[in-house]
Parts: sequence; structure tokens; C-alpha cells
Amino acid sequence: MFQFALARVLWLVPTLLAMALVTFLVMHATPGSPLDPVAEGANPLSPEAQKNLAAHYGLDRPLYEQFWIFLTKAVHGDFGNSFVYKTRTVSEIIAQTFPISLLLGSMALALAIVGGLTLGILAAIYQNRTWDYVSVSLATFGVAVPNFVLAVFLIILFSFIVPLFPTGGWESPRTWVLPTIALALAPMGIIARFTRASMLEVIRADYTLTARAKGLGELPVIFKHALKNAFIPVVTLLGPMFAAVGTGSFFVESIFRVPGMGRFFVISMTGRDYPMIMAVVLTYGAFLAIMNLVVDLLYGVLDPRIRY
Amino acid sequence: MSRVAIAVAAPVEEARPRSSSLLRDGVRRLRRNKLAVAGGVVIAVLCVVAIFADFLAPLPYTKSNFGRLNEAPSREYPLGTDQLGRDLLSRMIYGARVSMLVGLGAQVIVVLIGVPIGALSGFIGGRTDMFLTRFIDVMYAFPRLLFVILLMSMLGAGLMNIFIAIGLTGWVGIARQTRAQVLAIKEKEFVDGARALGAGFRRLLMRHILPNALTPIVVAVTFGIPEAIFTEAALSFIGVGINPPTPSWGQMVGEGQQYIRSYWHLCVFPSIAIAITMLSFTFFGDGVRDALDPKLK
Repeated sequence: MFQFALARVLWLVPTLLAMALVTFLVMHATPGSPLDPVAEGANPLSPEAQKNLAAHYGLDRPLYEQFWIFLTKAVHGDFGNSFVYKTRTVSEIIAQTFPISLLLGSMALALAIVGGLTLGILAAIYQNRTWDYVSVSLATFGVAVPNFVLAVFLIILFSFIVPLFPTGGWESPRTWVLPTIALALAPMGIIARFTRASMLEVIRADYTLTARAKGLGELPVIFKHALKNAFIPVVTLLGPMFAAVGTGSFFVESIFRVPGMGRFFVISMTGRDYPMIMAVVLTYGAFLAIMNLVVDLLYGVLDPRIRY
Repeated sequence: MSRVAIAVAAPVEEARPRSSSLLRDGVRRLRRNKLAVAGGVVIAVLCVVAIFADFLAPLPYTKSNFGRLNEAPSREYPLGTDQLGRDLLSRMIYGARVSMLVGLGAQVIVVLIGVPIGALSGFIGGRTDMFLTRFIDVMYAFPRLLFVILLMSMLGAGLMNIFIAIGLTGWVGIARQTRAQVLAIKEKEFVDGARALGAGFRRLLMRHILPNALTPIVVAVTFGIPEAIFTEAALSFIGVGINPPTPSWGQMVGEGQQYIRSYWHLCVFPSIAIAITMLSFTFFGDGVRDALDPKLK
């Protein structure tokens, strides 16, 4: 177990390095330079000014040197200044936006897990009856339909037709509701589908029959015996779930005008804000890789039958 | 020991239906699945719309009427007009073309990259396999959509670049599937038999192993199509997908959602189109999976 954990932690290093390298190369192969803005209304810079700026930001050095400088600084949490928001460092922007994305993501994930498990269990208990169809349709809808489309439907339904929540912003908890739901529906659908399938298997297992035969009521059977075992395969889903919530936040944050990291990523994309893009990709990448690691280790703790 | 196993296994192998009847069997099972059939019908309609967009669209997708901007649906414009006074229905019809092209076209690239890599990795084994598997693992750890967006920002917007970006990132899953299949199949007796009869590397792989590994590949492709359609819509939504003025549903939602308060129709109709398309492909894909390989469920 310890060896497995150690190997997995060490495996993080090449993964993150590869991620940094790929991002770095892609960014530098990109046509269009941050020194030569093509955006409308931007003033063209003189060649001398461009040269000075390039020297200032270290853009005139060979690529491998730039990559090395980037790495050594990044290890210390220094990603340099944003090219677009010149007065602020990338770390500042991330420190400000990441907690917002994290809050949104955690709420969405919590909703997805609670909602997904509930729907999955209901579907399995009432197999081939109304509850089953309702939750399976809801799950399919959440999985199949992109979250920005869901977001549009949610705004139409709950901001216009039934004006319960505002269309965007991040000022009060009321504004949190719609983005959280929009972000949660896809992972909720996946969890519901998996829970249903694994519950159906567990409900028919011998030990559940034994529990019933001993005269246990329906609720204890479900919660004490079935659910514990049905939950195990669902834990493996948490890794992809984090990814779905993470990348999903670009779109949901853009639509609902949430000032989080996802929205900043989309903005920095069009502005060719190299340091910002690198930092965001690496933050997401590292976060997802660590979460996958945690999930893998958790899996072994939850299910003692698994040996590494 | 293994000889005994062969003797026992042989009659079972013979009793299996041949590939043509397996296909017929699959189609029969698919046709019994009502949701899958409904999905298939919608997909067929969308294909027809995409192919005959030039005849079906009432107006060219670039035709602006600056006298009638952002109009709600009316008799003249069944789905209203957009912020440049263009007919929304016509743009939606042409948008189907982009979605279908991306869905099907990107899968060709994905298969062309993923299947050879997976097959070679599994078949050759040894150091080649180690190297390729490590490479696949690193690619797999990379958040996919993030990578596609990065690539698109490098390549620039455009249909061809979307193919390339989806192709370069989408092959990983199919390569894994193919590798696993090839690994299992290459140990089977009929492969040994073919090798004993003098079949070379190429013939073994192309004639004996790959045809038997086809089912999971087909299933992966049917699920890859809606994923590619989603990716295009997502890219166009944030403005790094299809180049305007070519209409794409994702781009229409992205532009329309900015005006959702005043002109709801701009983003609602393309949203509905994306939702219906994705659901149809999901139902159809589920049906294909269940029909071809009930074990996979």
C-alpha cells in the first residue's frame, strides 16, 4: 500500500512536467505575439519597443532557457506578471479567482454526489417504475446535454419564466444557485447511472437476501448493507468528475459571469496571456492529478478487498 | 494444460455465429430498442438537413437585413433574426452541416491515429508497448478539453483545425481500447494457427486480429461522435471554434447568451438543437453498445 502510494506520488512529477512542457511548446508555437497585439484599438509597437519588452520579459532568450526559468520560478509559486492585466501578477489573479472556482466546484460536486446517489438509489429500488424512468431520463439529460446549453435552459426557466434567481453575478448566495446546478447536472447524471447499475447488482446479492431473511426492514437493508457496497465503484468516478467540473467551469462561469478562474482562462486565451494560460493550465492539471491520486488511494481504504 | 483448454474451447468457438450473422443479430437487437431507433431517425434527418442545406435554407446564412435586427419569430422569419438581421432558421440549417461534419470527420482522424497506435502497442509488446503506454498515460492525465482549447488557440479557428485538434486529443481512449483487445486476441489459438501457416506481421494484424477487435472500436466511435460535436460547440461557444460568418450552433449560443435578457430566441433555438442532437446520439450509441456487446453494459 505504502509502496503503491509512493509510486503514484512520484508519477505525478513526470506528468506535471509533461503538462508544463506541452503547454509551453504550444504557447510558443502560437502565431501572434503578445508584443504585437492584433486586437482592435491596439497601437502597433515600434521594433525598438518590442525588443525592449522582449528583453524585459525574457522572451528573447532561447526556448529551453525560457522553459527552465519558468519552471524554477513556478516551483516557487511565481508565474510572473500577466500580459493583459499588467499591474497584477498571475499568482495574485489566481489567488483571487481560484477560491471562487473552488467554492463553485465544491458546491457542484456536493450536489452531484448527493443528487446522483439519491437518484441512482431510487431508480434501483423502483426499477422499471416511474421513479426509475424519471431519474434515468434526468441522468441521461445531464450527461448528454452540454452544460452551457443546460445553463441557457436554467436561465430561461428560473430567471424568466419563474423569476426565482438572478441571471448572473456572484454577489450573494442567491446568485450561486443556478451556476451550481448547471455545473452539477453532468456529474450527477454519471453518478446516478453508475449507482443505479451497481445498486441493482447489490440488491440481488446473497448477503442482501440474508439480511432480508433475518427480518430486516427495507430501509436498513438499503442503507446498512446495500449502499456500502454499491458505493465502491462510484468512488472511481470521482476522478473524471473533478475533470468534468473543472473544465465545465469555463462555460458556466462565462455564462453566469462568475469571476472565477475558468472565466479568466477564456479571457486570457484570446489575449494570448502566456503566463496566465500556463498558470491556469498547470493549476487545473496539478489539481486534477492530485485529486485522481487521492481518489485512487481512497479506493483502497474503502474496499479492503483491493490490494496493491 | 493449455492443450486441454484448446480442445475444450474449440467447439465453443465453432458454435459462435459468424461475423455476418453477428451483425444481423446486432441490427435486429438495435431495431427493437425504441429510443435507439428514435435517435437514429433524428440523426438521419439531421444528415439530410446537413447535405441539402443549400436547398432547405430559405435564405443564405450571410444575408443581413439591417432593418430587422433581433426580431422575434414571425411568419417571415420562423425563428426570428439575429443581431445582424440574418435569418436564424437558415443559420441553424447550415449549423447542422458543421455539427455533422465535425462529428463524423473528426472520428476518421481519431480512428486513423488511435487504432494503429493501440494495435502496434499491443501486438509488438516489449519496449515499444512500454513507451507507447507511458505516452498514452500522460496524454490521458491531461484534461482533454483544456488541451483542445490550447491547440485551437495555436492553430487558429476553422473547421480543418477543429478536426486536427479533436483528432490529436481524441485518439487516446480508442488506442487504449484497441490495445487491450489486441493483447487479448493475440493469445488466441486461431492467431497461433495463422502464424503456423506462415501469415506475416501485416496479415496477422490486418486479417486476423483487428477484425475481431472491431466491436469495442465501433462502440467507441459511436460515443466519440457526440463528444466531437460537443467539443466543436464548446470551442465555438468561447470563440475559438468555427470562423464567422459560417454558422455553428455553439457559436450561436455563445453570442446569443450575451443578449439573453432582451432576445431570448437568439440562444434558445440553437440550444435546443444541440440538446436534441446530443440526446439522439447518446440514445443511438447506447443502443449500438447494447446490441453489439451486451457484456459492455
